Amino acid sequence: MKILVCISKVPDTTTKISFDESKTKLNTPNVQWIVNPSDEWYALVRALELQEANAGSTVTLINVGGADSEPVIRKALAIGGDSAVRVDVEPTDSFQVADAIATYAKSEGFDLILTGKETIDGNSSVTGAMIAELLDLPYITLANKLDVEGNGVKVERESEYGDQVIKASFPLVVSAAKGVADARIPNMRGIMAARSKPVTVVPYSGAALTSVESYTLPPEKGAVKMIAAENAEELISLLHTEAKVI
Amino acid sequence: MSVLVFIEIAKGKVKKSSFEAASYAAKVASQLGTQAIGLAVGQVDAAELAAINVSKVLHVTDSKFDGYDPQTLAKAVVEAANANGSTVIVFSHDTTGKGVAPRVAARLKAGLVAGAIDYPSTDGKFTVKKAVFSGKAFANVAINTDVKVISLTPNSVGVTGDAGSAAVEAYAPVVEASKLSIENVVKAVSADEIPLPEADLVVSAGRGMKGPENWGMIEDLAHALGAATACSRPVADIGWRPHHEHVGQTGVTVRPNLYIAIGISGAIQHLAGVNGSKVMVVINKDPEAPFFKAADYGIIGDAFEIVPRLTEAVKKLKASQN
Ligand SMILES: Cc1cc2nc3c(=O)[nH]c(=O)nc-3n(C[C@H](O)[C@H](O)[C@H](O)COP(=O)(O)OP(=O)(O)OC[C@H]3O[C@@H](n4cnc5c(N)ncnc54)[C@H](O)[C@@H]3O)c2cc1C
Ligand SMILES: Nc1ncnc2c1ncn2[C@@H]1O[C@H](COP(=O)(O)O)[C@@H](O)[C@H]1O
Repeated sequence: MKILVCISKVPDTTTKISFDESKTKLNTPNVQWIVNPSDEWYALVRALELQEANAGSTVTLINVGGADSEPVIRKALAIGGDSAVRVDVEPTDSFQVADAIATYAKSEGFDLILTGKETIDGNSSVTGAMIAELLDLPYITLANKLDVEGNGVKVERESEYGDQVIKASFPLVVSAAKGVADARIPNMRGIMAARSKPVTVVPYSGAALTSVESYTLPPEKGAVKMIAAENAEELISLLHTEAKVI
Repeated sequence: MSVLVFIEIAKGKVKKSSFEAASYAAKVASQLGTQAIGLAVGQVDAAELAAINVSKVLHVTDSKFDGYDPQTLAKAVVEAANANGSTVIVFSHDTTGKGVAPRVAARLKAGLVAGAIDYPSTDGKFTVKKAVFSGKAFANVAINTDVKVISLTPNSVGVTGDAGSAAVEAYAPVVEASKLSIENVVKAVSADEIPLPEADLVVSAGRGMKGPENWGMIEDLAHALGAATACSRPVADIGWRPHHEHVGQTGVTVRPNLYIAIGISGAIQHLAGVNGSKVMVVINKDPEAPFFKAADYGIIGDAFEIVPRLTEAVKKLKASQN
């Protein structure tokens, strides 16, 4: 089984977000870059578990990004994976990311392409579906459980309307959400091994279809209005008459 | 020209988020001086579709689409968009929309804004606002292609406009069978249970509740308000509540009008899923709980004592309104 895992580089969750004067660029000097949580904890770890259970399988990591993505790619490789590919373009939208990945994957014959649920910077949750469309493959969103069964997968998905059990044959694309796997912590051996794993750089020249015109920050939150516990009932009348939400 | 909106049917009813997407599409259509057309997929009364605020609804009832496979749905949407000269295609940014909208966009090489929270600005460039960096900022994104695809975050704009009088037409797109085999394990939900991602009122509780046996008072308050229930991640991880109730960076993102957080400390990863809420109430016995910094209203005190009193106050308010 050949598995491709899509790895994105994002600012750590606790980063304070601010932008430059043009309002189009994130101020990055103090940003800690990490592997997007759902890519690392769910997609990558489940890929490694499937590899361990299916002898002869390979796990390739792919990132679309500039040379400054390499430390994050090494971080992911420290958890596992045989090799990585970096498509050398600073992407500006999800289509560009998906097209770059699909262009690379087209001739490689992957059985399973895994993405995370959503990036914590772009918050789009769309890249996997675009890759699938560009390769004309089936796609299953937000898997909470993923097993290999015969020549394909069995996926379970939980939702507020009920649960789904979905089966499909290889090749296909799946986005991984909570429950698919448990996070793994890289150990010293993994970190050492990651240094010598091959990272191939491939060129890409496609264009984006959208552009960020400006970023804005949410308005400063007004001071919290405290209500004494003994008058808790007052909250309900404030929500009704002042906030007008009930 | 037209604006096409995808309409999802869940359990024989048009989803609330689809009504929102339809009124969004109607507004965009009037901004552009054209008409909005719905594409509804699933078994539902034609009368319910006629009440949607668009000029025409194409109704697909072919059982081939029953599993809601994004690959076949996207082909149907693309066919309808081409047949109707649609230049803007609108989805709800929910589980189905997240699968179908990007496929349609990729197939048409059309720019997509996923998770729009406001109407587009159409003077000059066509730009759409969305939340980024887990709610810590917004981006105004220009769509630079002729055809534009937008998926709308549920509960962002509400349902506007009057009940429509749409013409409902049967529609049979030509697509091959799904490559997925889908088995739906339909949840037995009571009629008054409100799906969390669509809820405009949410009552949420965390580890401060001590154990699953204490959730009765949370459900009572939610029930009195007509709210959905949610929880923090550890609560779902230890199995006190189902996973689909877990909000935050790794769970569901919600944008309700009112979010009441009870016994939740307010970790940044939790806030990432709820900071789009219009009004936030925090009830915590620890005055130093970080959640108070994000709150609009706060009560310092013991949830076990306060929550039942709030439920009574809500009941009294509701009784006085009738
Ligand atoms: C990468 C990452 C991702 C994460 N993703 C998420 C996520 O998506 N969602 C999420 O929720 N968390 C997430 N977490 C976990 C998060 O950091 C917090 O640990 C978690 O939100 C804490 O849950 P809690 O507030 O219920 O529990 P606690 O932090 O234990 O807080 C309990 C609160 O209850 C209060 N309390 C106790 N008793 C009472 C009482 N009788 N009355 C009133 N108040 C009381 C306490 O004062 C305290 O503030 C993530 C963590 C990481 C590292
Ligand atoms: N630049 C990138 N390189 C590789 N994979 C990516 C990139 N951006 C997004 N992805 C993958 O697509 C998933 C969904 O991202 P998004 O659609 O941006 O929310 C992520 O969880 C990643 O697995």
